[in-house]
Amino acid sequence: MEQKTHVHAEEGKQDIMITREFDLPLELLFKAYADPEIVEQWMGTKVLKLENKNHGSYQFETTDPKGNKHGFHGTIHEFCLNRKITRTFEMENTPFAVQLEFLEFEELTQETSRLKMHIVFKSVAHRDQMLQLPFIQGINMAHNRLQDILNKLK
Amino acid sequence: MELRRDVFQAIADPTRRAIITLLALQAMTPTAIAENFNSSRQTISKHIQILTECELLKQEQNGREILYHINAKKMKEVADFIEPFRKMWDDRFNKLETIMKNYKPKN
Repeated sequence: MEQKTHVHAEEGKQDIMITREFDLPLELLFKAYADPEIVEQWMGTKVLKLENKNHGSYQFETTDPKGNKHGFHGTIHEFCLNRKITRTFEMENTPFAVQLEFLEFEELTQETSRLKMHIVFKSVAHRDQMLQLPFIQGINMAHNRLQDILNKLK
Repeated sequence: MELRRDVFQAIADPTRRAIITLLALQAMTPTAIAENFNSSRQTISKHIQILTECELLKQEQNGREILYHINAKKMKEVADFIEPFRKMWDDRFNKLETIMKNYKPKN
């Protein structure tokens, strides 16, 4: 089966490109990014603030299974209906630096659309760290050793 | 006997996964790594050696000490590293697609 989501990351570069084609009209795809209630559903996060306008900002809050709250926020640099969103993204209380995101929405047919998400990181090292995160989380979830180790470090 | 060293072999062992996890946070000396485990220093050295042979870890001479890092360059060759990242986005986008297919405008 062909993969619908592609991640393009070149070695030694500090950016990545995520591309996805959707079986959705462009307007519905864009709505999933602009409507706070819908964002909450697919991102699995609480939307505290979402100002869809140039020079606006947003704030999300996710609660993990242990009940810990994790904050995310950013500034919306440019908001162009059904075309693009340029924004920053930052995870609160983590060593990860702010990243710059260029989201471009385009119509393919009346029933299909494409999203291109270009993310620029502070450095190559920051990018590589972010790319590894789900890998690291994956091996942790499977075996849950991290907590044991961190407890021993205390 | 020559054993084939690959990433799957490297991450097949829970101790090696734990070492990768530790090093994802910071570069460490073999002694500092070993202090996190109940196993003997030799056992941990062996695990570090396997991870290094698989090129998942990289050594760096720092004065008289050797520091181990995660070898980020391996990511380029090893799609396995990027795959969980891709999968995370794929799952998210699948969810988005499902929600929007069932979307009924209010009013």
